[in-house]
Amino acid sequence: MTADNENKGASRRAFLKGAVAAGGAVAGAGMARAAEPDPLITEVQHWASGLGEGVDATPYGMPIEFESDVIRRNVEWLTADTISSINFTPIHALDGTITPQGCAFERHHSGAIELKKEDYRLMINGLVDKPLIFTYEDLERFPRENHVYFCECAANTGMEWAGAQLNGAQFTHGMIHNMEYSGVSLRTLLTEAGLESTGDLSDKWVYVEGADASSNGRSIPMEKALDDVLVAFKANGEALRKEHGYPVRLVVPGWEGNMWVKWLRRVEVTDQAIESREETSKYTDTLEDGTSRKWTWVMDAKSVVTTPSPQSPIKHGPGPLVITGLAWSGHGAITRVDVSTDGGKNWQQARLAAEGQSKALSRFYLDIDWDGSEMLLQSRAHDETGYVQPSKDALRDVRGENSIYHNNCIQTWWVKENGEAENVEVS
Amino acid sequence: MSKSLKLYGLTGVSAIAVLTAAYNFADRTIAPMPSDAPILAADSGSPDMMFIASARAEAAADAKRMGLGREALAEEVAAWDLDVAPDGTGLPVGSGSVAEGEEVFIAQCAVCHGDFAEGVGNWPKLAGGDGTLADEDPLKTVGSYWPYLSTAWDYIHRSMPFGAAQTLSADDTYAMVAYILYSNFIVEDDFVLSNENFLEVEMPNSDGFIVDDRAETEYPRFSEPACMENCKDSVEITMRAAVLDVTPEEEGEAEAEEIMEDANAGSAADEEIEQMAAAETEAEPAAETAALDMALVEDGENVFRQCKACHQVGEGAQNRVGPQLNGVMGREMAAVDGFRYSKTLEQMGADGMVWNEETMAEFMADPRGYIKGTKMSFAGLRKDEDIAAVTEYLKSFSQ
Repeated sequence: MTADNENKGASRRAFLKGAVAAGGAVAGAGMARAAEPDPLITEVQHWASGLGEGVDATPYGMPIEFESDVIRRNVEWLTADTISSINFTPIHALDGTITPQGCAFERHHSGAIELKKEDYRLMINGLVDKPLIFTYEDLERFPRENHVYFCECAANTGMEWAGAQLNGAQFTHGMIHNMEYSGVSLRTLLTEAGLESTGDLSDKWVYVEGADASSNGRSIPMEKALDDVLVAFKANGEALRKEHGYPVRLVVPGWEGNMWVKWLRRVEVTDQAIESREETSKYTDTLEDGTSRKWTWVMDAKSVVTTPSPQSPIKHGPGPLVITGLAWSGHGAITRVDVSTDGGKNWQQARLAAEGQSKALSRFYLDIDWDGSEMLLQSRAHDETGYVQPSKDALRDVRGENSIYHNNCIQTWWVKENGEAENVEVS
Repeated sequence: MSKSLKLYGLTGVSAIAVLTAAYNFADRTIAPMPSDAPILAADSGSPDMMFIASARAEAAADAKRMGLGREALAEEVAAWDLDVAPDGTGLPVGSGSVAEGEEVFIAQCAVCHGDFAEGVGNWPKLAGGDGTLADEDPLKTVGSYWPYLSTAWDYIHRSMPFGAAQTLSADDTYAMVAYILYSNFIVEDDFVLSNENFLEVEMPNSDGFIVDDRAETEYPRFSEPACMENCKDSVEITMRAAVLDVTPEEEGEAEAEEIMEDANAGSAADEEIEQMAAAETEAEPAAETAALDMALVEDGENVFRQCKACHQVGEGAQNRVGPQLNGVMGREMAAVDGFRYSKTLEQMGADGMVWNEETMAEFMADPRGYIKGTKMSFAGLRKDEDIAAVTEYLKSFSQ
């Protein structure tokens, strides 16, 4: 460094110092002041002197080791076995709206299988003009679409019906991910097989199943199949991960995750719902009187504060605080999110990071000056249909406590004076 | 929205009408679900019908298809199109009795679902729960909950047993479903289920389901203007997750706690660790690791994936659906503590039979042929090289 440069540096420092002093005078006691110079600044650190890793050190990069706690987690007591089980996206540690594939929740019914593209076949059969077989390469030759959609398991928040149970946004709300999919619309493939001979389409269905041992077959009404269902082979720009159905999965926007069949191998046009295991014994919602709702496909509007939350406490003390979270609706776009810091007595409108997109996650922020007193934090989503996310009591009034699925209630975090947070229910 | 316009804008319907239809469908229709009756009765002029009409018009207008893919052969469709609908569509010819079903069930299913379909541990219970659906803790089984018998047949035939799906014959499936019905007191012990009497079976909860009614029962109620100020008089915490304490601990936390505990335990713990370390170094030379073909072990690890659903092996392996397999090679049969073997296998162990390359190969090739009544539902390995590989892999855990 030349003397010239040092002088410039010094004068610049002096300028900044002056600005801080002036700012401090205006802002009062708000600004922290260091007693000692910070050695991270005053001492030359090894990374500022030596060399870092060369290119190709990791031909496919993983998150840096300091982020090793941002991982999917499982709740062992939920299921008998990890083969037919679920884990949770670390939503408390993410920002923005796109979920990286590597930490997006997994749900398998017979384990995540390994199916090569060369071994992949998709059959379209049933009430079509001509039953067809497509290879993976065939699929790549159809006109392609890109869309961002959330995928939420119908059981997300399902452990919370009877009361506050799991202490963390990852566990209460982590059965969700949001990715940009590339693929072919199912309408295109059905048109290729031909629906001329199908007859009246309004009472027809498609039955979709996967190549794994569970098959996870589901019946989807033809209206939805012809609307926005996507046969996807890329997510966030790269191939689907094994655990999300490589090489091809179904994307059923706004509808419960179980219908997003992975390792999609067959689409059959039928004149009735098959009433498979996954749409009768599971994914049906039992009401208080013992009757059960079936075909509850749409995921209603929902939101959650992801930070502060039990796994993401406030560590910085009183002062500026960013409250943030996610909101989504299977009926369309999120139009507004309200946040309460007093358990729902008073609400203020949060800021959406971007205009809501249909059937995709929205990120919201509320920037406050926290006085250090305890808070009962809640968020409340509004969607384009005018639907407002209900309280847990309002939902229980209609359904009782045993419907397991489709719990889209308002969540409460009790943030204490020390910044720690806990999952609670409030009156 | 623009996509809808582009795709449907060229149909015979006027552009404005199509726009309305697309708008209604994409943005306003809350639950376009074709429950049987309402849709059949729907006015063909309604927006939803126009949507379908326009989709069909598109299909008709766009008669020249891409010409991709190939026609599915009848054999291919037959191999994959296995689903069975509530009205019996898809059921193959066949039959099976309760007694036959009991035999198959105990051999292939009881290890998870219990001898009487009552369930083991956290695995699904298939019987019982009659009349509990309105209780605080409903028990949902084939008998108490499932509305259609076709579902049980379809699922068992397509996806069970766990880890050996698509190995059951049609007759075995009929028999097993008959046995599950019997376990639920729905049929007598002399009952024989077949494709012919299938639809005569009445499922107790067949009337227990309604089509999603949220649009009527919830959406109006949850679409009121939202209160913003002084919405409640008071707010009290009524329940806390920390009281239940069922949240999984962070790995770091758990480790830290263990370290703390170890630290508190002091030198005694250190001694124990040293002893363990010493024991390990002594044990190693005794093991037959030198004889292992590591390439074969690696192949075996891949083959073992088929076994993983039921068997654990390696450090910390525990009994699951099947016994843990550490040290299995060279050991007496049926020797793992705490595992309930079939009677046949227990007898073989008592007779001094040992798992070695020969016995393991015979068992792997045809589990049920080699050990009649084995609880292992796996169909067996077809290739000799797979058997050799998985045997080598198991040898590598000789303890």
